[in-house]
Amino acid sequence: MRFKLNVVFLLFIFVPVFFSAVNAEDGTISKERSVELNNLLVQDCGSCHGMTMKGGLGPALTPDILKNKSREMVTLTISNGRPGTPMPPWNNILTQQEINWIVNTLYTGIKL
Amino acid sequence: MKILKISILLTAFLVSGCTGLDYTDLRGTGDLGVIIERATGSVKIVDTTKRVSIKQVTGLGDLSHASIVYSRDERYAYVFGRDGGLSKVDILKGEITRRVIQAGNSIGGAISQDGKLVAVSNYTPGGVKVFDANTLELVEEIPAIYGKDNQRSKTVGLVDAPGQRFVFSLYDAGEIWLADFSSGKAKITRYKDIGMQPYDGLITPDGRYYIAGLFGEDGLALLDLWHPEKGVKRILNNYGRGTKKMPVYKMPHLEGWAMTDDYVFLPSVGRDNVLVVNRRNWKKIKTIAVHGQPVFVMARPDGRQVWVNYAYPKNDTVQVIDTEKLKIVKTLKPGKAVLHMEFTPRGEHVWVSARDAKKVTVYDTATFNAITTLPMAKPSGIFFTNRAHRIGL
Repeated sequence: MRFKLNVVFLLFIFVPVFFSAVNAEDGTISKERSVELNNLLVQDCGSCHGMTMKGGLGPALTPDILKNKSREMVTLTISNGRPGTPMPPWNNILTQQEINWIVNTLYTGIKL
Repeated sequence: MKILKISILLTAFLVSGCTGLDYTDLRGTGDLGVIIERATGSVKIVDTTKRVSIKQVTGLGDLSHASIVYSRDERYAYVFGRDGGLSKVDILKGEITRRVIQAGNSIGGAISQDGKLVAVSNYTPGGVKVFDANTLELVEEIPAIYGKDNQRSKTVGLVDAPGQRFVFSLYDAGEIWLADFSSGKAKITRYKDIGMQPYDGLITPDGRYYIAGLFGEDGLALLDLWHPEKGVKRILNNYGRGTKKMPVYKMPHLEGWAMTDDYVFLPSVGRDNVLVVNRRNWKKIKTIAVHGQPVFVMARPDGRQVWVNYAYPKNDTVQVIDTEKLKIVKTLKPGKAVLHMEFTPRGEHVWVSARDAKKVTVYDTATFNAITTLPMAKPSGIFFTNRAHRIGL
């Protein structure tokens, strides 16, 4: 029951986050930057998560796996890293909009 | 008589023609190498004398973090892909001889002392698989099982060691395993509680010490392979992320750890330093401030220079440390996303891959001049055939 409540509660948070990220993709992230971000995702994130995001030292991040995980948790993990694991924080290198773009791309599936 | 002579010559000519014995086509492989093109699942076979790319071989799968070992005749390259693919490439013919998908997710491999076994380190399912180097048929599977619930650990830092042995570490379990194949079948020795999250391993060039780097705590785990009965001990207790843990944007690689006669040069973990350590007593001598978080710290074969590349986002740079002055003597910009460096066997040149610049640059290590550049599809690891005769590579 608590779990269900959480899901409903989380939906309220994530739906707006989702739409703002979509806007960011259309608006403030240039086509050129999105090519760079995609390269970062495939190549550099891919060093640990695999170029196809099927996992490596880090966990798999395919849409199939992510559909059961909260978008906020994924966003926070990319922003702040994950203590106790090798996952570093990216909020000092990427903007919030860029991180949102990456989260969106992960949920919809990366393009190699 | 004359006619007989001519006919003999003619016959010899025809026979040699028919059997295809054209000696001008024969060549050795000692000056060849293979470069991973990670975006296209292909490799380029290169000639380090002419400094050209000879041929591209495609169809090798997901090559993110791919690596290579060589058969002892330096003819075959075993390519370990991320997707569990193990491919045997004939570098003379420029084609795949055999290929198996042996696991779901892999991280490199090793070839045995006698060249007859190829071992692969797997994340999923966690463990090591050992194959016949000739046929790529499975010889033995070593599942990395640990804990009460029989979990399987990711395996990392797999190397070959003298005595027909393989050594590797268990990332999730914090163990080092020694697999002895001298009797034909694996005899496993387990070393438990060696430290948290061993993430890579190396063997010293003489094959005596196996060292695992620990991500989860400071210090390194050392196993003396002359005395495996003495167990694993801790060295360099101050080495690691320290009390104020800094984020690590790319795991430093241990394989390339530079060893000169007196010193070991180590990449700091999460800090912009290269550490210089006394090889005899494992005490730190000096900290050299460098451009970024080091990834590979590699000595030129003569030990006179150490070349360093860096983690994202400072990965467009390579620096050279003079091992006598213990100072940076050169900073180079080979292009965006420098991933790997490989010295020619005697060190007159170094080949540097720049993934996002899509090229490999060949530098003269005496003058630091770029001699040539070769266009490649997102190049990463560079592997020259002289690795065939080096312990642990």
